[in-house]
Amino acid sequence: MNLTRREFMSLAAAGGLGVTVVGAGVRPAQAVQRNGMAILIDVSRCVGCRSCEAACKANRGFPEGAAEDLSPTAYTYIHTAALSTPRPHPVLGEDGAGQRTVKMQCMHCTEPACASACPVAALRKTAAGPVVYDADRCMGCRYCLLACPFQIPRFEWRKALPVVTKCDMCAARQAEGKGPVCVEACPADALAFGPREKMLAEASRRIAAENTRYIPAIYGAEEAGGTSILYVSDVPFEELGFRVVVREPLPAYTWKALGKLPGVVIGLGAVLTGIEVVIRRRTEMQEKERELR
Amino acid sequence: MITIPRLRPGRAVLWLLVLGAAAITVYRFAGGLGVATNLSDRFPWGLWNGFKLGAIGLAAGGFTMAAVGYVFHLRRYKPLVRLAVVAGFLGYLTFVVTLLIDLGRPYRIWHPIIMWNAHSVMFEIAWCVILYLTVLTLEFGQIVLERLGRRRLLAITRMALPPLVIAGVILSTLHQSSLGSLFLIVPGKLHALWFSPLLPVFFLFSAMAVGPAVVILQAAYMDRAYGRRIDPRILNDLGKAVMVVLALNLVLRVTDLVARGAWPLAFNGSFEAVLFDVEIVLGLIAPLVLLSLPTSSPRVLLTASLLAALGVILNRMNTAITGLLVGSRTWYVPSWMEIVVALGLLAMAILAYLWIIEHLPVTEEETAAQLRPALAPSPAPAP
Repeated sequence: MNLTRREFMSLAAAGGLGVTVVGAGVRPAQAVQRNGMAILIDVSRCVGCRSCEAACKANRGFPEGAAEDLSPTAYTYIHTAALSTPRPHPVLGEDGAGQRTVKMQCMHCTEPACASACPVAALRKTAAGPVVYDADRCMGCRYCLLACPFQIPRFEWRKALPVVTKCDMCAARQAEGKGPVCVEACPADALAFGPREKMLAEASRRIAAENTRYIPAIYGAEEAGGTSILYVSDVPFEELGFRVVVREPLPAYTWKALGKLPGVVIGLGAVLTGIEVVIRRRTEMQEKERELR
Repeated sequence: MITIPRLRPGRAVLWLLVLGAAAITVYRFAGGLGVATNLSDRFPWGLWNGFKLGAIGLAAGGFTMAAVGYVFHLRRYKPLVRLAVVAGFLGYLTFVVTLLIDLGRPYRIWHPIIMWNAHSVMFEIAWCVILYLTVLTLEFGQIVLERLGRRRLLAITRMALPPLVIAGVILSTLHQSSLGSLFLIVPGKLHALWFSPLLPVFFLFSAMAVGPAVVILQAAYMDRAYGRRIDPRILNDLGKAVMVVLALNLVLRVTDLVARGAWPLAFNGSFEAVLFDVEIVLGLIAPLVLLSLPTSSPRVLLTASLLAALGVILNRMNTAITGLLVGSRTWYVPSWMEIVVALGLLAMAILAYLWIIEHLPVTEEETAAQLRPALAPSPAPAP
């Protein structure tokens, strides 16, 4: 099997290599595509007040209360990750040493696996940044749930007419020039909203400015080909339970197979037609010869 | 010729399973997928999906045997082509019925026809299945036309068979392989024993091997239950074809496993390793050994074919369920209702199959020479 360098890298990544290290291997050609708006989440600043979660639920008209996981009535929630080696919380000090609180929601991938997987294009990436969902198209096949490397989409399992649910980065508000409600609600300045390039630059600036506070990594800079949600943290992402995700955009994996199919159709069609015609002619001639004899 | 059906108590059990599945299906549609299944957001595809993949795999005889009969024009296999077409037709119908039960909103199953996403593997599969089911219906229609005695229509449509069969072979090659491509998008979730860039090739080859194996099983049943004997030499040759494709698939699977450095995972005693080893040993190696034995007893051929069929089912279940458990960070065991529905769907396919072989001409076929008079202009058209 001949592997190109790129294929080899993607296979190596599939084998599981660590999270993004700042500045490592950013491909300039792809950086251009990574536009649109993004949210930068600073785990070291989050105090776990759940104001973002409450604002999101109020905005959507969902029932109040703390969620323990994403659900059709919780597009975002605060995940509490216990640390194996406690270390003082940058804001809360020793009180928060044993754990970190992390805001979870759809990562809004630059090249989303869900949108690539969806057979009816119910999910798509908008130029503005959000990955949005059109319930009127959805058949409920749940391939998006399977395809998502971050296990984000939720399905209404107990409904006769179910839909898929997930955060849409307040796409409707963004269209009006406003930001996501979660970002506006954060009292701890742990959430920032802006163009993805600016958010990436801000993340790098924070890490460079306080290199004793932050680990030198931006989760989302390259995960699954880059996401519109970016995380910086004072503890390693593995310890927060973040998934190690391949660097290459996931749609490329299936496209490698799908892209070969037109060739298969033409090649196989020509070969089979040729075989059929030749063999049929030959049998017909043999039959005629037999009749003549 | 219609024989009296045997195995009456067996059929009662099949009907019971169908009724059970029907009742659970009603319950599932009333309360949503969650009330009947153990599926969850982290494990959105389960037994029914594995069952679907298995049904399509076992139905592959439809395209391989049709190619043998109508593209390669190998006459001696003609008595088997129709059996394969019936199995293919029923396999794909079973797939569609299962899909209707498994979809969140089955009444939108037609959406891919007008709502396109060329980058979606499932979109491609949807189109291939729609088109190939049309091809299968037309091929199956030949059998129905013959039963109805519409010989002129039969003679005319017979001429359209080669291009139709070629289209069927292309469509099958596309979607049999694409069912494997479905899992290329989960490199981080699917266990390394199954995740490979060659997944589409493995799915295609295993389908091509199991198609003729299923035909051998069908022929054996025709013989046992109805005394309709098919030349054992033909079945033996078919067994040799199965052997060649199985060997090719085994070599590819092992080479790929070694090339990716994943082979030690097959021997670490984990849950995945055990099921992988069972799949390879019972589904590939065992039938290969049996088929390569110098003696050709019908029982050996039958056992090998059965193992090859079970091997494909296990391969699909492993790819779609076993291999995804660890990567999904959750656990999934099908609920009893999922199991009953899957068995009920299988029972439905078997009952439909039995009805067809009892009522339609599935082993003999009117030859082109026999049909030629039907094409000649009729001397006195009926007023």
